Amino acid sequence: MLTAVPAWAQEAAEAAAPVANPGNNAWMMTATILVLMMILPGLALFYGGLTRSKNMLSTMTQIGSAAALAMLVWVAWGYSTAFGPEGNAFYSWGSLFLSSVTSDSTAATFSDEVISEYVFVSFQMTFAAITAALVLGATVERMKFSAVMLFTVIWLTIVYFPIAHMVWAGGGLIFEWGALDFAGGTVVHINAGVSALVACFILGKRNGYPKEPMPPHSLTLTMVGTGLLWVGWFGFNAGSELEADGTAGLAMINTFVATAAGALMWMLVEKFAGHKPSALGFCSGVIAGLVAVTPAAGNSGPLGAIVLGAVSSVICFIAVAKIKPAFGYDDSLDAFGIHGVGGIVGAIGTGIVYSPALGGPGGDDFVMSAQVWIQVKAVLVSIAWAGIGTAVALFIVKMIIGLRVSEQVEREGLDLGEHGESAYN
Amino acid sequence: MKLIIAIVKPFKQDDVREALSSLGIAGMTVSEVKGFGRQKGQTEVYRGAEYSTNMVPKIKIEVVCEDEVAPRAVESIQQAANTDSIGDGKIFVLDVGQAVRIRTGETGDTAL
Repeated sequence: MLTAVPAWAQEAAEAAAPVANPGNNAWMMTATILVLMMILPGLALFYGGLTRSKNMLSTMTQIGSAAALAMLVWVAWGYSTAFGPEGNAFYSWGSLFLSSVTSDSTAATFSDEVISEYVFVSFQMTFAAITAALVLGATVERMKFSAVMLFTVIWLTIVYFPIAHMVWAGGGLIFEWGALDFAGGTVVHINAGVSALVACFILGKRNGYPKEPMPPHSLTLTMVGTGLLWVGWFGFNAGSELEADGTAGLAMINTFVATAAGALMWMLVEKFAGHKPSALGFCSGVIAGLVAVTPAAGNSGPLGAIVLGAVSSVICFIAVAKIKPAFGYDDSLDAFGIHGVGGIVGAIGTGIVYSPALGGPGGDDFVMSAQVWIQVKAVLVSIAWAGIGTAVALFIVKMIIGLRVSEQVEREGLDLGEHGESAYN
Repeated sequence: MKLIIAIVKPFKQDDVREALSSLGIAGMTVSEVKGFGRQKGQTEVYRGAEYSTNMVPKIKIEVVCEDEVAPRAVESIQQAANTDSIGDGKIFVLDVGQAVRIRTGETGDTAL
């Protein structure tokens, strides 16, 4: 009986129950498709509504296609590289094309339970897919479709799979440090956010940015996307417990309250900054809260989650409204400003809110300063690995097929120029 | 024949249409336009990025009528579209060289 060891469970492997609990399987299958919904149509509409109408189809098609490609790469070599049966501190191997997986094989959870390994493979697959799609938030409206596809394959291989292994797999470098990352603050959000930042520098600004007005063409659709993301995120966070247990319930309540706090706080900050509380502010605050609670979902009490969500909104607001214009980089959809910055706030904050003194699930032996230092190390490694890996991946793509569309295509819109279609006829 | 072009606030469209039809003017062309005069646009803010929109949405009404009716039509439009505030709009009157009814080929005043 083959058992994958995703995290915490190497010692428990011998004692693991051989039969997957149907309740846990059912929840994990549900959680998995909730995460798929986050990508399509969640992220597609969220990002799509923020871009100009001439690029709506391009944005949605790049997201959907990058995700689809990520799924195929995942089952080909991704799962093997992140969660394979043999590995070192940085990557694993031994399950190309899921060779080690059958309908009977199981994946250990954080207790003595197991879930069906195909379910675990599928669940993690959606994480890889959404992370690849998130990076595109910094490259929309100017990156070629073919470049997105090639970049996705290379980036997943040299950035995402190793980081996923380091943080979540037994034997992984950051996992062995004892870093806390419940659902992917480092693996998904810091990873995607920093990659996005590097990408927007290498790709360059959109033509006309920032002088030419480029307001969102449909905040209505962005709001729809936000709702789908919030609902889907329960699969993302609560599903990361790998069981339908009390900790999953904790992750669920945290995913409610951190998000609510983030949403309202963003709008409060807008007022404080002299603007009107806005719909986009609500949507941004929702995401800032969700991102920050992602590493803390099962690692915090509800009160800590509320504080985390609120703090994330404040810092992310500063990042997108003050720091971005000051430095002048065109992180078009604030992938770094919200996912990167919010992920950093959440990852380090997890070391704080884990404390039992703050209602967190930490034990009596918890030392906050030590844990925060581990979190900081995890954040720094993620930033470095993602940053360097993304630069390498982009330069390879640039050399082979180039990154940007022509200026004319950029002017008339990528829907027509790259896809031969109009979103609105 | 005169071509009357009236640029008015969008919510005044029905008032102007009723005022003109009570004069016997039964047809008009309406387009949605943007523009500005003394009325400035709004400032929109998206995640801290401010955009001043100089353009304000308006309705452009175009009517062709006989020379005798034109002065009363202009006065009717002005009264119907007036709200005593900046941005109420403007009316322009041009001479028309020819008019034709496509269905019958009639020309001149009988085409109106």
